[in-house]
Amino acid sequence: MPTDTGVGLVQARQLHFDTPLELECDATLPAYDLSFETYGSLNAEASNAILICHALSGDHHAAGRHRPEDRKPGWWDNCIGPGRPIDTDRYFVVCSNNLGGCSGSTGPASTNPATGRPWGPDFPMVTVGDWVRSQARLADALGIERWHAVIGGSLGGMQALDWTIRFPRRVQRAAVIAAAPKLSAQNIAFNEIARHAIRSDPKFHDGRYLEQGDVPGVGLRLARMLGHITYLSDDGMRARFGRDRRADQARFNFDVEFEIESYLRYQGESFVNRFDANTYLLMTKALDYFDPAQDTGDDLAAALAPASARFLVVAFSSDWRFSPKRSREIVRALLARKKRVSFLEIESDYGHDAFLMPIPLYHRALAGFLETPA
Amino acid sequence: MTLRADLELMSRWIEPNAALLDLGCGDGVLLDTLTRDRGVVGFGVEIDPELVADCIERGLNVIHQDLDDGLADFGDAAFDYVVMTQALQAVPHPHRLLRDMVRVGREAIITFPNFGHWRTRWALAIGGRMPITETLPHPWYSTPNVRLCTVRDFEELCAIEHVSILERVMVDQRHRSNAMMQRLPNLLGEIAVYRVAAQ
Repeated sequence: MPTDTGVGLVQARQLHFDTPLELECDATLPAYDLSFETYGSLNAEASNAILICHALSGDHHAAGRHRPEDRKPGWWDNCIGPGRPIDTDRYFVVCSNNLGGCSGSTGPASTNPATGRPWGPDFPMVTVGDWVRSQARLADALGIERWHAVIGGSLGGMQALDWTIRFPRRVQRAAVIAAAPKLSAQNIAFNEIARHAIRSDPKFHDGRYLEQGDVPGVGLRLARMLGHITYLSDDGMRARFGRDRRADQARFNFDVEFEIESYLRYQGESFVNRFDANTYLLMTKALDYFDPAQDTGDDLAAALAPASARFLVVAFSSDWRFSPKRSREIVRALLARKKRVSFLEIESDYGHDAFLMPIPLYHRALAGFLETPA
Repeated sequence: MTLRADLELMSRWIEPNAALLDLGCGDGVLLDTLTRDRGVVGFGVEIDPELVADCIERGLNVIHQDLDDGLADFGDAAFDYVVMTQALQAVPHPHRLLRDMVRVGREAIITFPNFGHWRTRWALAIGGRMPITETLPHPWYSTPNVRLCTVRDFEELCAIEHVSILERVMVDQRHRSNAMMQRLPNLLGEIAVYRVAAQ
């Protein structure tokens, strides 16, 4: 297959799990569905499987197209496919929608079997650890005892890190990209504003908007616009939008005038059409709660002690959401325990979003990491 | 692939299965060779991102960082050997790095161009200009070698920093050695190769 076609047409799959899942918040999900996609084929020894963990607003559709007319392929299509860094000619790639999501896995928009109505705000808080345990069950169901690699950017990187601690023997390699060992106060502050925007929207109805046939669009739009500012860098925004206007003259009103306004409004609008507000609340809380060192007296190195994977930690120079300094915290902790780790900081203007970009050096390093012995 | 002669020399000093940190590891050729031939457990530190990616493609552990930032991320005596070839003269604070190297490694192996070699002395004394030689090919205004020293300078620094010199080998540009170089190291040796440790 020529390399420029990617994985081609793909179909999402769904698995039902009826073994109850005890969550970190002490609630129990009696049963749940996970939506996922796979690309490439699992070899006879089941030794070539790679798990991709998605970030805040991602889903299981990481590569290819569902229909030929789809305008855009999956969110990491530039990295996954024949001849691409995550090479589907060699690897069996799995990506699942996180529990609590809104793309087919059980989440707040699903029906609560106890009431027959949407879960809404009653859906329990899920954590990174809960996701990882649910992904482990998916691995069991697919016959994958050990991942060739677990890979994730941002919140996905946190899942990859959690995998290496929670299931050390099931992970041969972990690529932790544009991530942080835990959120800073500033990170949590941004999340809180996003949540506040959603929850104070009159159409939020205390989270029961689906039952009311409503959508808290204003709040969700604001949350997304805010998020996008933190995904880009100042230099990147300047280069891409500058102070460009849609018309030559100032109009002296509040319509869209600058290109950056148009971009943010577009991003906000398209998000409202595809994402569930309650899921957004849950995902941001999962980010806030993530802290593998909380049980080891704030000692990340001690928390990482069980890990046996080979690590690749990648950061991007202009990422201020999870800056290279945050990645270095992970590297330092791994080095303190003499774990096998490589660290690479990529020069880029794309800010946090850089982890989704086809930057040649980044892709070369990732491919090299995956194909060398664990 | 044949190993560069200075790397060949150092690899003789390194015991099998040792833990080794290579500062300024480049594309990882030394680490790769020692890993395969000697079972060394190695880490590299490299500032050039393209070379870092080369190391990753070789399956090595490599940390992308500037040596100016020091070795704070590496624990005391975390390695049997810390190796640094031809980089001491290019860092802004060689004395701090030397201190760090003997803290992190049981032994440190360091190579640098000897500014006391007769050819550089001649260029300065007779020519009256900053020497440009095979070992030091850059003009003064663009040289990365901002902390040039002689064999005597380096040994004085070791004394000040309480660093023991375990072994010294002087070689020429092609990493050949002879008895005269060892007898008059500061005059006849072009490249100094040292094995040192904290006292």
